[in-house]
Formats: sequence, structure tokens, C-alpha cells
Amino acid sequence: MSAMTAQQKNELPHTLQNRKAPIYLDYQATTPTDPRVMEKMLPFFSEQFGNPHSRSHFYGWEAEDAVEIAREQVASIIGANPKEVIFTSGATESNNLAIKGVAHFYKDKRNHIVTVVTEHKCVLDSCRHLEQEGFEVTYLPVKENGLIDLDLLRETVTDNTSIVSVMGVNNEIGVIQPLKEIGAICREKGAFFHTDCAQAVGKIPLDVEDMKIDLMSISGHKIYGPMGIGALYVRRRPRVRLVPMINGGGQERGMRSGTLPTPLCVGLGEACAIAEKEMGAENERLRRLRDRMYQSIVGRLPEVYLNGDMDQRIPGNLNISFAFVEGEGLMMGIKDLAVSSGSACTSASLEPSYVLRALGVEVEMAHTSLRIGIGRFTTEEEVDEAVECIIREVERLREMSPLWDMHNEGIDISSIEWAEH
Amino acid sequence: MAYSEKVIDHYEKPRNVGSLDKNDASVGTGLVGAPACGDVMKLQIKVSEDGIIEDAKFKTFGCGSAIASSSLITEWVKGKTIEEAGSIKNTQIAEELALPPVKIHCSVLAEDAIKAAISDYKTKKGA
Ligand SMILES: Cc1ncc(COP(=O)(O)O)c(C=O)c1O
Repeated sequence: MSAMTAQQKNELPHTLQNRKAPIYLDYQATTPTDPRVMEKMLPFFSEQFGNPHSRSHFYGWEAEDAVEIAREQVASIIGANPKEVIFTSGATESNNLAIKGVAHFYKDKRNHIVTVVTEHKCVLDSCRHLEQEGFEVTYLPVKENGLIDLDLLRETVTDNTSIVSVMGVNNEIGVIQPLKEIGAICREKGAFFHTDCAQAVGKIPLDVEDMKIDLMSISGHKIYGPMGIGALYVRRRPRVRLVPMINGGGQERGMRSGTLPTPLCVGLGEACAIAEKEMGAENERLRRLRDRMYQSIVGRLPEVYLNGDMDQRIPGNLNISFAFVEGEGLMMGIKDLAVSSGSACTSASLEPSYVLRALGVEVEMAHTSLRIGIGRFTTEEEVDEAVECIIREVERLREMSPLWDMHNEGIDISSIEWAEH
Repeated sequence: MAYSEKVIDHYEKPRNVGSLDKNDASVGTGLVGAPACGDVMKLQIKVSEDGIIEDAKFKTFGCGSAIASSSLITEWVKGKTIEEAGSIKNTQIAEELALPPVKIHCSVLAEDAIKAAISDYKTKKGA
């Protein structure tokens, strides 16, 4: 944060300055737009309002220049050529376009798709739609630590596989998939490798050449950029072709028509430029904060379990099950903290997190989990306050929990025949 | 989700948290729900010779509405006969706590818990 001026700090959302508001610990859900990003965006809402596709006058040229700089900034953080980056409305659109677009284009030659059970809903749902159209989809399981089994991937990808989609970093448990190894397997089998890097960009080093990535989805609002903008990297050599979903004026090399939102493109570009420059230092700072938080919690509370691998994990994420304390009940107690829960009660589906279930976490344990996300504007003071708050509430709720009593009496809770309702 | 003031009050200051001796002949214990569903309620009543509930305690694993429903029902049943306590309907709990539709099951669980506690007491008495 050293690069931020006092004035820029004042421009942070009030909730990040005002300590009466809950402490924001949900950086995997979204991130506040960095004030430096916002500053770069503002002129493109007012004076520099031109349509970047207007070729006949200054207003258009000025906007186009800004968009092209942004495209270079996005390309730079992933080691791509700017010509390979197309702007979209976000990672949801990028994922849809990558998977459906490639599947449709190559359907006469290859009609098999490989993905993973812990992918984001927008990937899984795109695959479900393709299945309904007659494509064959394999959903790879994950190991207990959340990572895929490379041998299984190698066996699964065939010369009928058009695209393999594996996310870089998981949004719930923060684990990092072995992208380079996956890329090598895909290249060897002649399948395109798509990776949803919404949670990975700016958090881990990414290089599309080294990792043999053919398509990559990027989201603005996960990396301190604005909401409503994202990008899709589409390799040019060897060329990846796809059927566009949005038809129109042929912008973005025909893959995504529609007038580009200059301020949002500029914001995404600046967010990437800042992330590229500061990732090393930021990761180091976050790792220290995350370790401080995790060590305090496990040091003072028994029966807490980390979900997902600790080593292959971004520093900004913790996902912890607090056994015998229901997640939504806990969230209510820690209302001064903005976190999210893997408990069923907080999701629309009334199912506990499918990601945790895929790791083999028991349903009852999934109900007790919290996802804690820290990021650029999290302070040590906030971490300490959060730790105290969590420990206090977990202890209070355990005193109220019949399951905690049973555990202390040595009763195995899974041995009881519960009447499921 | 926005909780009603009454839910928050019971959640923050739960009444009658605790346990009674489950081996005492005058104590009935109800344990309902399932960890896999995200809520478990243990409700205990201590019944006097003349069938009046003298004391009630609960422990609950669940969301704020589940905790509030169990806290509320322990308040309500104290001083009542077991017949009166057994006739409490989940709809009364849901109404008192202004539970939203997705939380109605918490009130159902509280009704089940008191019924289970009464039935346990009766079984013990009969035995
Ligand atoms: C891994 C992952 N993929 C995709 C998305 C969707 O991104 P967007 O909000 O940009 O559409 C998200 C965010 O929710 C995410 O975490």
C-alpha cells in the first residue's frame, strides 16, 4: 500500500475506513476497486467519452488508444500478446465463450470435454448445457486436498477431447491447480487447455507460454478492478477458433461484438498493471497475515480443520471447519466480520458447499465451515480483531451445542441414527 | 438475511441454555434434527409430581433461528402442564419470532423437540 497516497486512501469505500462497519473478509467474493484504478477510469466517463470503435475522429482515437494500452496491460500479466486478449463482461462470460465456443467450433472432429467437479458454477453449468446438446463431458474428481490427479487426467483426455477446463485457483478453498503439468498433458493429446483464472490473476505467476494455456478467463472485480469487465485470452499460434456467442459489429476479432466500455477496460488494465508490479510484496504481506490468523485460531481452538491444501494455496484464503458449530449460526455471531459460509443455510440451494463435499468433507463438517478471504486492504489490526471475534463466538456456540457435549462425552456423532428431515 | 429483533435477542441472550440430568426420572429429554441437515436440538424438561414443567433447558446446533426457536420454547413451557406444553404449535413460534418461510423448519424442530421430551418423560414414568 506504500504506493497509495493519503488522498487515495481517503477514497477507499467508507466501509474500509469506518471501523463501525463489518471488517471485510470476503476477498474471494469481490474486491474493492483500488483507488488508483478508479482514478485512471474517471476521465473516460467524462471528457474522454469517445467510442473506441469510432475511426473518424479524435474522440474515438483517444478511447481506442486507452483500450489498447489496457489490452497490453492485461496481456503482460499473463505473458500473452495483446492481440490474443479480448474483453468480455467478466469471467462468467469468458468461461461460457471459451467452453461453448471451442466445443461448438470443433464439434465435428471432437465432442468430448473434460472439467473438474470443483469448478465455478458458470463452468459446470456451461458443461451441463453442452451435455444436453449431446456433447460428452467428464467431470474429474479431486483429491482430499482439492487438487486433481494428473494421472487420471492423462487417462481421461483422448483424441476426441476438444477442450480441458481446469481452474487456476479455486474460489472457495484457494487451492492452486498444477497448471503447467495440465498444460503439458493437453498439448500432448492435442486438446485445448482452458483455465478459469478469475481467482488466480495477480495472485500466482501466470505465463501462457510456459504453462501451455490456450484460453484463460480473467475477471476485473476479483483483482481490485471494476465489476462488469473481464477478458478472455485466446491463443493465436497454434490458433484456437471459437464460435462467438454475441453477434454484431464484429469487435474483438469477431469473437465478442459490442462497443467496448472504455472506462472498464482501462480499469481492468490498470488493475493488472498494479497486480503485476505488486504481487510479490502483496503475497508476502498476505501470507504473514494469513499465517498469523491461522496459527492463532488453531492454537486456541480445538477441533478446527482446514479445508484444501495449505501449501498449494493462495495466501489470501482460509477455509476452516469449526466442528460442532453451525456455519450460519456462527456468521450471525460474528456479524462484525463479512465472511462467507459453506453452510447450506446461506446458499439458495440448501445444499452445503459442493466444493467441500468434493474434497470428501462430511456434510456435517461442511455445515460448520467459514471462508475467510483477506486482501490488499486488510490490516494486521483487522486480522487480530477477527481472530478474537471468531474464537469468542465459536466458544460461546460450542457451549450451546449438544454435539460439542456429545463429543466431550466421547460419543461418536456419526454412530447415532439421526432422523434426517 | 435480516433477522427479526426477537431472533437476535434470543440468539444473543439465549434463555435456559444448559442440561438437566438425563438419568433423573423426572427429566424428559428430546433430541431432534440431524447434523447433516445443519440443526440438532436437545430439549430437556423437569416435571413435578403434579405434571407441571418446573424447569426446561436446551442446547442447539444450528442457525440463529434454530437457537431462538429453542430458547423461546423453553421459556414458554416453564410452568405449563405437559399437556399444555405438548399442544404448542410451530406456527405460534414462527409467528412470535417472525421467521421467514425458509426458517419455518426451525420452529417445526422446536415443536418436535418438546414433543420428544414429553414422550421420553412419559416412557420413563410408565417404565
Ligand atoms: C473462479 C471463478 N470463476 C468465475 C467467476 C465469475 O466471475 P465474474 O463475476 O467476473 O463473472 C468467479 C466469481 O464469482 C470465480 O470465483
